[in-house]
Amino acid sequence: MADAAQPPSMADERVKKMSGLRRALIRPELGGIVGTIAVFTFFILFAFDSGMFSSQGVLNWSIVSAQFMIIAVGACLLMIAGEFDLSVGSMIGFAGMSIAILSVTLGWPVWLAILTTFVLCIAIGGLNGYIVVRTGLPSFIVTLAFLFILRGFTIFLPQLIERKTIIGGINDVSAGDPLAWLFGGKILKGFFAWLGEAGIISTFERGINKGQPVVDGIPMLIVWAIVLVIFGHVLLTRTRFGNWIFAAGGDAQAARYVGVPVNRVKILMFMFSAFCATVFATCQVMEFGSAGADRGLLKEFEAIIAVVIGGALLTGGYGSVIGAALGALIFGVVQQGLFFAGVESSLFRVFLGVILLGAVILNTYIRRLITGER
Amino acid sequence: MTSIHAPLIEMRNIEKHFGSVIALAGVSVQIYPGECHCLLGDNGAGKSTFIKTMSGVHKPTRGEILFEGKAMQFDDPRDAITAGIATVYQDLAMIPLMSVSRNFFMGNEPLKKFGPFGFFDHEKANRITMEEMRAMGINLRGPDQAVGTLSGGERQTVAIARAVHFGAKVLILDEPTSALGVRQTANVLATVDKVRKKGIAVVFITHNVRHAMAVGDRFTVLNRGKTLGTAQRGQITPEELQDLMAGGQEMAELEGSLGGTV
Repeated sequence: MADAAQPPSMADERVKKMSGLRRALIRPELGGIVGTIAVFTFFILFAFDSGMFSSQGVLNWSIVSAQFMIIAVGACLLMIAGEFDLSVGSMIGFAGMSIAILSVTLGWPVWLAILTTFVLCIAIGGLNGYIVVRTGLPSFIVTLAFLFILRGFTIFLPQLIERKTIIGGINDVSAGDPLAWLFGGKILKGFFAWLGEAGIISTFERGINKGQPVVDGIPMLIVWAIVLVIFGHVLLTRTRFGNWIFAAGGDAQAARYVGVPVNRVKILMFMFSAFCATVFATCQVMEFGSAGADRGLLKEFEAIIAVVIGGALLTGGYGSVIGAALGALIFGVVQQGLFFAGVESSLFRVFLGVILLGAVILNTYIRRLITGER
Repeated sequence: MTSIHAPLIEMRNIEKHFGSVIALAGVSVQIYPGECHCLLGDNGAGKSTFIKTMSGVHKPTRGEILFEGKAMQFDDPRDAITAGIATVYQDLAMIPLMSVSRNFFMGNEPLKKFGPFGFFDHEKANRITMEEMRAMGINLRGPDQAVGTLSGGERQTVAIARAVHFGAKVLILDEPTSALGVRQTANVLATVDKVRKKGIAVVFITHNVRHAMAVGDRFTVLNRGKTLGTAQRGQITPEELQDLMAGGQEMAELEGSLGGTV
């Protein structure tokens, strides 16, 4: 019986050769790549003269895209590990407020305020994760609770301490602080000055900045976005831990049976999501010089939408950081591009809804292609 | 035939109670290297509880487990895997969305050092996966093919190959054929045969007597938490096994009413 069952050693004639198109289709980044090309083509055709592609315009949508990217990387890895974090937006508000209260109100050095905030927020992220893996509750519910808890504190604390909901004056205390520069500074200033002198980018023609380039450097926010995207991508695709992230989201029980520390992976990803939210918040606080109780509103959903456009499955176990970064880029370009093109900005939300629906339908189809389900 | 070796695992009078429920009431089994030991029993007979005790998921309430002659105490499945006891579960063997190669090395990823960092050595993983799959008679399109595109039998085979590759001495198969078609079942049974010839002990759980007879060297029947004894191949007929599993009396009556077709 056993001998008769020996399978033939030639290729199975029932498995069709995969066409190149089909092979390309099951790459998670496909939606993101196609979307990015489409969006750029659209705005180059219809809004090229609007100033969107001048140095200032490019910087404008790059900053917005970079903001989306920072939180999308955290949301992406967490979603692939099989969980959601709906507290990202509230975490952004909370982290910003924490830095402002510690540095401005309590007079701590800014670097200490930033470090303390990072520790605090990552610990809250860890608590999110701990509750999820311990109780087995859906992360949707647990982090929804933290959405309200953190937002509540973000509004309550500054009112209690300062009798206002916006705390300013951070730029006064952060001047010269090395850690503040890491989030609010700019790099390549010399290079941009040279570009300005060489006439490659435009310079101010009047006023005290006459002769200086309009764009005088790359904000650290963009550097953070690029570093986080590269880190997330390498972690996910090139490391042992990355395999565990896929496994934890793909089938937690099967992963546990072969010895993958699923709970540790999930908790670490909640902490990373909180880390990304805090990076976002710190950059924002350093840029605006203030923290407001309403900062970060709805950011958790924007992060999730960027990740979904990037090809990740809402059910976990599949996705790509590069895809999520492209999703964030599409977001930033469309949001700012509509502004440049003079389109009513509320239409951006219509666009969001439509593209989200389209992306989810496409992803479901791709999932069937991969798993061979019918 | 196997009595010249010492048993690899010896389970002595294993009892397992869940609250007031007695799932196992004193089961003794010896597993020898290179044998395929079939564990038969109807639903609720205690098969799952028994193998979970063997693989470290449950701790026995009473009784002792000897592994290679030494009494052992597993705190969790990871300990059992390290000792060389691998379990392949029916539905939870593989993750469909991940590639065969990523699945194969899940939890045991090969690393390539790059300065202080260790990166997943995809090249090595892919090469070994393709070699192992070829040896098991599965032709992949490529190591990056998703497990979801494999058939149920192929998934079981990949899981078995994985356990063998990572040094399993005892391979516990939890109903590997119960959800499979005829052809796929034959493939899995052929795989079991190959593994046994490598000197690995196979514990094969099934409630299908024909599948057990196809590859089994010895047969242990569980019924209502007790063992009804172990039989050598050739000492027992399929009909006798079937009767033992179902508890004899009732089955004879049922069979009569169904015209002896079960």
